[in-house]
Amino acid sequence: MKPKLRRSMLFVPGSNTGMVCNAFIYKPDTVMFDLEDSVALSEKDSARMMVFHALQHFTYKDIETAVRVNPLDTPFGLLDLEAVIRAGVDIVRLPKTDTVEDVLDMEREIERIEIKIGSPKKTMLLAAIESALGVVNAVDIARSSTRMMGIALGAEDFVRDLHTQRTKEGHELMAARNQILLAARAAKIGAFDSIFSDVKDKEGFMHEVDLIKGLGFDGKSLINPNQIPWLHSAFAPSQKNINWAIEVLEAAKDAKERGLGVISLDGKMVDAPVILRAEWIMDLARASGVLGEEQ
Amino acid sequence: MKDLHQQFNTQELTPINAPFFTCKEKKKGEDRRAKLCESIEESIKRSGLQDGMTISFHHAFRGGDLLINNVMNVIAKMGFKNLTLASSSLASVNDPVIEHIKNGVVTQIYTSGLRSKLGEAISKGLMEKPVQIHSHGGRVHLIQSGELKIDVAFLGVPVCDAFGNANGYSGRSKCGSLGYAMIDAQHAEYVIVLTESLEEYPNVPASLHQDQVDAVVLVDEVGDPSKIGAGETRMTTNPKELLLASHTAKLIEHSGLFKEGFSIQTGTGGASLATTVFLSEKMEEKGIHASFGLGGITGTMVYMLKRGLIKTLLDVQSFDEFAAKSLGENKNHIEISANEYANPSSKGAAIKQLDIVVLSALEVDLDFNVNVITGSKGFLRGASGGHSDTAAEAKLSIIVAPLTRGRLPTVTKRVNTIVTPGSTVDVVITDQGIAVNPKNVELKARLKKAGLQIVEMQELYDRAIALCGEPAEIKYADKVVAVIRYRDGSIIDVVRQLA
Repeated sequence: MKPKLRRSMLFVPGSNTGMVCNAFIYKPDTVMFDLEDSVALSEKDSARMMVFHALQHFTYKDIETAVRVNPLDTPFGLLDLEAVIRAGVDIVRLPKTDTVEDVLDMEREIERIEIKIGSPKKTMLLAAIESALGVVNAVDIARSSTRMMGIALGAEDFVRDLHTQRTKEGHELMAARNQILLAARAAKIGAFDSIFSDVKDKEGFMHEVDLIKGLGFDGKSLINPNQIPWLHSAFAPSQKNINWAIEVLEAAKDAKERGLGVISLDGKMVDAPVILRAEWIMDLARASGVLGEEQ
Repeated sequence: MKDLHQQFNTQELTPINAPFFTCKEKKKGEDRRAKLCESIEESIKRSGLQDGMTISFHHAFRGGDLLINNVMNVIAKMGFKNLTLASSSLASVNDPVIEHIKNGVVTQIYTSGLRSKLGEAISKGLMEKPVQIHSHGGRVHLIQSGELKIDVAFLGVPVCDAFGNANGYSGRSKCGSLGYAMIDAQHAEYVIVLTESLEEYPNVPASLHQDQVDAVVLVDEVGDPSKIGAGETRMTTNPKELLLASHTAKLIEHSGLFKEGFSIQTGTGGASLATTVFLSEKMEEKGIHASFGLGGITGTMVYMLKRGLIKTLLDVQSFDEFAAKSLGENKNHIEISANEYANPSSKGAAIKQLDIVVLSALEVDLDFNVNVITGSKGFLRGASGGHSDTAAEAKLSIIVAPLTRGRLPTVTKRVNTIVTPGSTVDVVITDQGIAVNPKNVELKARLKKAGLQIVEMQELYDRAIALCGEPAEIKYADKVVAVIRYRDGSIIDVVRQLA
């Protein structure tokens, strides 16, 4: 199966009416409504209700949705889960995930709710690694549940735990990024990088995107819609790659029409993974807006 | 003499008597400062203003205008009644006109725009006679066709000499182009220039000329420089505006008109400004230059001129201090009159050479008609401006608006008030899809091919209503409070009193 594009996950504070109403117009690959840190204690209930409605609104039908819920050991965690599972959210983003138990606790509750409401849907899980302990346990966390679609680095809390702060170069995150990436790839799930908080610094943002893209991350959490086109342009495939993909797909089509099992292109064998890779590049190109409708 | 008369077959020639024979008592040069008046009141007395006449102003000072209110106060104090106020437009700052209407000083208004409390009061039936709303080009047409006959023009400027040579690009309250005032200076019976500073003669190059001006008054201030600029001058960080701007720039890029020597007009506001910035990037990338930028000129257009991306700016109105300053400094930044800009009956309006115009809208309807004058509650709160002029003449007229504003749909079944007819609108860009006028078959195919999100107007409407719900209908009474004049003087719509 082709993997879903998840370059951009836009954080939307669940209590910000304007953003909840409008986030879909910016076309992030995933919208991530937040009920946790960005929502004041006094607004936990209203934010939950607003996100409950937004998840079911037609404007979010064509876009993948995730919700970061409050931890289960707070008075809000379970209420959040009850609401968002009922509203049909695609992904539940776990708040700070340190151990496999954190995942299993959440999975158990989700399953219970799904059975209770008779939902055919299997809600996915995304774990946020925000501590040294979480990074150390990343391999186990990534493999802890069949619902786990990816793990994400939460850099702001992580650097506090490390007793340091974020820098432009990002050396302080190198170990965590590599560990999370290896854990994710070993478990064949997605790996997502942290937010970049200075929304005006396009150059710094692009530098970080180049870095994490080079490392192998699928995408990044974002806090401002203006960062979406920047991110997508950085992830857009080169014209050379696009040309290659078009050739591969044409060769595959031609072989299929002629009933040939083995395909070769310029003397190299083209097998199923190569075709998948070519399709992926074309999807990416289309999503990045570098292709017209006809291609 | 008899011989001469016989030779020329005329009785009308008069032989010379002596130099200055018609005013023998005067010495040479004595009246060199004769146009100078001590006060606004004196200039009004000299003008011969009478009840029932038409007075005019220009709106280049926009929100920073101090002159209209000051002059109107003097006129009211002098006891004039039943005047027609013909300002090229009126801004929020002109709310005090309400009192002059109540007191019978002003009984008729011609303007491009009405806003704020004045717009509300008129919408509630303040005036007996309906306001005549015209476009910028249409105003010149009304003046030249004789309908709008200006008796006395009061033209505020930052700088003038005692003989009437004035400009807007120097001095304290720089407003830049005097493109609208030029028309009044040409056509008014009596022209009074009110200036903040008097320069030595000759103050040239001049925008208003000595042979047009009857009187000059030195006043303390004509404007508030901090409020003259229209809207944002810095690049917006508003995500929705940036989104609209990137759609607009991409559409222009793939419109078929984006090639060497193209021409463009954009308005004010965040999205418009950002569009020019994004477009500049594409122009640099592809090595494309524009032959001219037209209309209300902004700082970003000046930036493009300086970078060599635009060869010439034709400026009827300078939207910010950068544009106002550039007008005086850059020889390729040219001041044009409203007649050269947009008058439909002009021998040569620049809009007839225009490729692309980017316009805004309060509402657009299923037939692409645009409303830029009445708000969601039915009040007059906008301006016709150059909207219908440019839409009619540019090769590609683009309307840019968010699909919803708060909980108000921008796309409606039928606009409250038609200012620009849908037949002259080519494309409507929203944050949730782009609608192409069905008449533009080729353009639609081209934009689709480029990967732009092309939808039908009906889809935009359905979406807007699904998001906002159907708005309650505005309840109007029968009385007409404003007549919307199309650019050729015909009536395209009326605005009725709110019930």
